[in-house]
Amino acid sequence: MAKIVLDFEKPIFDLEAKIDEMRKFSGNLNIEKEIVRIEEKVKKLKENLYNDLTRWQRVQLARHPERPYTLDYIYLMTENFVELHGDRYFKDDKSIVGGFAKIDNFNVMIIGHQKGRDTKSNVFRNFGMPNPEGYRKALRLMKLAEKFNKPVITMIDTPGAYPGLEAEERGQAEAIARNLFEMSKLKVPILVIIIGEGASGGALGIGVGNRVLMLENCWYSVISPESCSSILWRSWEFKEQAAEALKLTAPDLLNQKLIDRIVPEPLGGAHTDYKEAATILKKVIIEELTHLVKLKPEKLVENRLEKFSKMGEFIE
Amino acid sequence: MSWFNRSKENISPDTMKKDIPDGLWEKCEGCGEIIHNKQLEQNLWTCIKCGFHFRIGSQEYINIILDKGSFREMDKKMRSADPLDFTDTKKYTSRVQETIKKSGLYDAVRTGIGKLNNIEIGFGCMDFKFIGGSMGSVVGEKISRLIDRCYRYKYPLVIISASGGARMMEGAYSLMQMAKTSSRLARLAEAKVPYISILTDPTTGGTSASYAMLGDFIIAEPQALIGFAGPRVIKQTIGKDLPEGFQKSEFVLEHGFIDIVTPRKELKNTIFNLITLVS
Ligand SMILES: [Zn+2]
Repeated sequence: MAKIVLDFEKPIFDLEAKIDEMRKFSGNLNIEKEIVRIEEKVKKLKENLYNDLTRWQRVQLARHPERPYTLDYIYLMTENFVELHGDRYFKDDKSIVGGFAKIDNFNVMIIGHQKGRDTKSNVFRNFGMPNPEGYRKALRLMKLAEKFNKPVITMIDTPGAYPGLEAEERGQAEAIARNLFEMSKLKVPILVIIIGEGASGGALGIGVGNRVLMLENCWYSVISPESCSSILWRSWEFKEQAAEALKLTAPDLLNQKLIDRIVPEPLGGAHTDYKEAATILKKVIIEELTHLVKLKPEKLVENRLEKFSKMGEFIE
Repeated sequence: MSWFNRSKENISPDTMKKDIPDGLWEKCEGCGEIIHNKQLEQNLWTCIKCGFHFRIGSQEYINIILDKGSFREMDKKMRSADPLDFTDTKKYTSRVQETIKKSGLYDAVRTGIGKLNNIEIGFGCMDFKFIGGSMGSVVGEKISRLIDRCYRYKYPLVIISASGGARMMEGAYSLMQMAKTSSRLARLAEAKVPYISILTDPTTGGTSASYAMLGDFIIAEPQALIGFAGPRVIKQTIGKDLPEGFQKSEFVLEHGFIDIVTPRKELKNTIFNLITLVS
């Protein structure tokens, strides 16, 4: 697959391509010097760009077609992953994957939204948009984790729950509501990580955790900037403004006290270095689990309840 | 998230007055019958000819469901804090201010304790006319406090929903209200306190995907729009017209997601019956 480059990534991409080109003539002292000079320039450029991204640019990074997805992280961070399938009622939803795996010394249940990379795999994964059976599969797996007293890790990356006719017939609203209800009283630790897009109820449906983490270049909100634009501005053209207004980035959500921690990504975004992204995330997960597994079941439930109870701002 | 268009498209008793000069007559959306206000009120705002259910607000439901004068309201003046300092084509604070002024309500739900045939219950009722009955921090907090009151005093809980979903102008705060209310309900369920959820037109989005769909008993008024995604979005997604009656109460009943479709006139009695049967 050809490398996909976002508009604002272009200047950096061009310089990096130039360096690669110049490397072919290595041995020439002048060119070596020039390479060092351009490398410095790229580094500065990257630092300036990625430390000062607009909200819309973050949304674009969160959706980057080359961004690591749930299964990428699972393969890079865990061992002995056994994927489990099906909700036991209707079918196996391919837009949510899950199973038991070993991460460092922890046996865990790991569940996440799964997108595809190309047209074919995206159709197979329904673009990471679950039907009700996806949420029911996730819940079944969480209950399994509870039965065997294993922590649950969920990874959120969805443009939303699927708004289809059959999804409605099979109770999309009930499936999401049921997960919120059941997750809130699950007697094992739940660690939630937003790794890409966190769109509304479709994201929250696997998002009720003791700790909620967000990778640096993600978005999480009640609606996508595009839909928000189309409803409030009555046009699709105002997505940048909508993204700004929704305050939907990781730093925003930390500020709003709706997430607990931001997980750094390699400079330039997780898609530029899968290994590095997974190494950073794995370290954070181990840190978090080390703390969470010490808590008693009642304490876990109580903490989760307290955590979400505090969310909201109003005037009395 | 279809409330914005729906509020314009759908004719509510309020806006209809403009069409009919003396404001004493309403036109039925179902059959076109012109009905006198007084008669409509006596018939609990359902059409005398075809049974169509007019959309009504929390005050009307308080009168219909609760014993006269028994409602003691909680957190009456809780208001939105505009936590995102949100502006679209208009400032969110102005939108809220104007709606408060126009509707006489402070937000999209009223909660409190009241009596139903002399049984004390926790009662919440949403108002669609307040920004499409959307759920932001205020709705989430008021519903949660109501649930907690019911948990503490073992009052049966009744919530009437009328909502397009979560409120966009409070971003992720609104989203988290779904988890907040649902987790409080999980605790209420552990205490074995009955919760009756009443769905009216419309109940969609974040509201249906949280407390509205979590009742021990779920009752809908006839012909109410009930679903997760709005019909317009679904139609766009599948690129086809939606079947007749799609996402209406009777359709949702048929697919197994609600217990009963009950006409407004029988609501109070049905709720009473259920509460007494499980106590
Ligand atoms: Zn009629």
